[in-house]
Amino acid sequence: MAQKTAIFQKSAPAAGIDPKLARALYADMVLIRRFEEKAAEGYALGKIGGFLHLYIGEEAVAVGATSAMRPDDYAIAAYREHGHCLAKGSDPKRVMAELYGRIDGLSKGKGGSMHLFDKSVNFLGGHAIVGAHLPLATGAGFSIKYRGGDQVVACYFGDGAVPEGEFHEAMNLAALWKLPVIFICENNRYAMGTSLERALAETEIWKFGRAYNMPSEAVDGMDVLAIRDVIGQAVARARVDGTPSLIEARTYRFRGHSMRDPAGAVYRTKEEVEREKLRDPIALFRDRALKAGWLSEDDLRSIEKDVADRVDEAVAFADASPEPPIEELLTDIFKES
Amino acid sequence: MAKLNMVKALNLALLQEMERDEDVLILGEDVGVDGGVFRVTEDLHRKFGSKRVIDSPLAEAAIIGAGVGMALYGLKPVCEIQFSGFAFQCFHQIENHVARYRMRSQGRFHVPMVIRMPYGGGVRALEHHSESEEQFYAHIPGLKMVIPSAPRNARALLVSAIRDPDPVIFFEHKGLYHAAKEDVPDEIETLPIGRAQVVREGRDLTLIAYGAMVRLAREAADTLAEEDGAECEVIDLLTVAPLDRDTLVASVQKTGRAVIVHEAPRSFGPGAEIATSIMDGAFLSLEAPIARVTSWDVPFPGFAREKGNVPDVARVLSAARATLEF
Ligand SMILES: Cc1ncc(C[n+]2csc(CCOP(=O)(O)OP(=O)(O)O)c2C)c(N)n1
Ligand SMILES: [Mg+2]
Repeated sequence: MAQKTAIFQKSAPAAGIDPKLARALYADMVLIRRFEEKAAEGYALGKIGGFLHLYIGEEAVAVGATSAMRPDDYAIAAYREHGHCLAKGSDPKRVMAELYGRIDGLSKGKGGSMHLFDKSVNFLGGHAIVGAHLPLATGAGFSIKYRGGDQVVACYFGDGAVPEGEFHEAMNLAALWKLPVIFICENNRYAMGTSLERALAETEIWKFGRAYNMPSEAVDGMDVLAIRDVIGQAVARARVDGTPSLIEARTYRFRGHSMRDPAGAVYRTKEEVEREKLRDPIALFRDRALKAGWLSEDDLRSIEKDVADRVDEAVAFADASPEPPIEELLTDIFKES
Repeated sequence: MAKLNMVKALNLALLQEMERDEDVLILGEDVGVDGGVFRVTEDLHRKFGSKRVIDSPLAEAAIIGAGVGMALYGLKPVCEIQFSGFAFQCFHQIENHVARYRMRSQGRFHVPMVIRMPYGGGVRALEHHSESEEQFYAHIPGLKMVIPSAPRNARALLVSAIRDPDPVIFFEHKGLYHAAKEDVPDEIETLPIGRAQVVREGRDLTLIAYGAMVRLAREAADTLAEEDGAECEVIDLLTVAPLDRDTLVASVQKTGRAVIVHEAPRSFGPGAEIATSIMDGAFLSLEAPIARVTSWDVPFPGFAREKGNVPDVARVLSAARATLEF
């Protein structure tokens, strides 16, 4: 692996972390993990169709970044987006129902796992065309600036988007027009079966930000506090004068590309996967919270229990929700008169 | 002779053409080490190495654009776009360059290139992974648009596409990849591009289909023969563009009735061109309006609602009966 990890030796600053925040970070990460484990079961049972791309292993990125933002900030993501949507505050019941293709889903069951949208929490959606949502983020940033607001846009995408032209078009626009967009590259080192080294002439993705004259840096994507810290600084810059940033969060997906792809397929070794799992972001934060005394064993257990109940409720809700009726096929094409 | 599914049959075509002609190479995302999302290029990387089976980063425009550059100097790239829904990322390369080089250079350059894409619905996938978009390519002068319906014709047509001196868009229906096995001869076969096949003869009604819709047309024809005593002629287009008008017209001159089945949305779809071509050539033979069975004019819905969208046998039957009773 050509990646340098040395830059992450130092743990993130713990200033300003209190039990309340620690509880929220832990609960959100565990919610995403548990939610997706249940979604995987639903997929195996044939309840979920289409594709299912799990975020397991990468939870710290969405949770850390969202915790550094305000609820009225925007987020937009690719297709591995259950985590971002839940972190933004979407109702797990409606997210699960969408995965199940049911009428009470966020998109009436017509979008599915890759196309979650939730206007109520300013989640601008999941996007299945790699790289294609980055220009959308710049447009959202433009409208914030146009209206004189101070919100920011968090734009999440994978390392696979970097060789696409739209990554470069969007980065340049955001820098040129000074748009409050924080480009968050979730670098899990693989785009499907293609590793970073086989896809990029420059594998230090954060360096592309320098080429476009925007502040950029790499961060340990397994350390929720480090992400919160780095994104917090990017948010502060963006709020002041619309400065965009590129943050490369170095992370790893513990599962396969999608449920159709086994976790340790030919493109990576079992040993590598097992080694990365030792840096499970949830376990890392759990240890840290215990050591620092932010949370007790009892706290952790009660959070886990709460989350498990919420997820079970979401599954039951999704299962009970009907399929969209046939008429729904023809709705939402144009404004109904 | 071996019994192969469509994936293996396509793989055989690629293997044999690469063995036969050193200028044939493969370019796409995950086509090499990984063997392709649908495994159509499986093992070819092992056999021919990275020089001829090339893994590209996510960069569809560069895959097709580079393919044009290769083809201009005589190489024969077979490019894979993982799903036809991602081809809009390179549509400008296809429209502006792939299709036009022969004309623009007055024949001095040409683009002997194949662009393979899985397409089609009914496979419980989501948006961008289920669409049928052949009409876009069929509408572009300078492109050939080929869609096989079974393992054996898939293999033969892919060989022909690779050997064709002009660019061929080659659609492979995802639902057909593993649907059936068929005897595929070991020795290389070709099929002419631009020629449809009459796969069942009949005198009462012509059913026109291609890709995965051929199966529906055949099933409907069986049912109509059994239950209604009507004999349908079934035409498998195999090539959407250039359209084999002669075969269509000859059939409808005989039957006087036609039903067209396609998965693409209805408006401005292939059915409109097919129907008009039949009118032009067989107007005086027509005894009923030409009917179309298609997907609706909606963006492809997720798996939960695709059933009502993609044509099924029941819809083909009711259109056929209405046409017969007209
Ligand atoms: C334009 C486009 N090309 C190809 C694909 C097929 N595809 C889906 S995901 C993927 C890999 C993307 O990897 P990355 O951006 O790193 O995200 P990750 O899956 O690692 O989260 C590919 C090639 C697509 N969805 N869109
Ligand atoms: Mg990746």
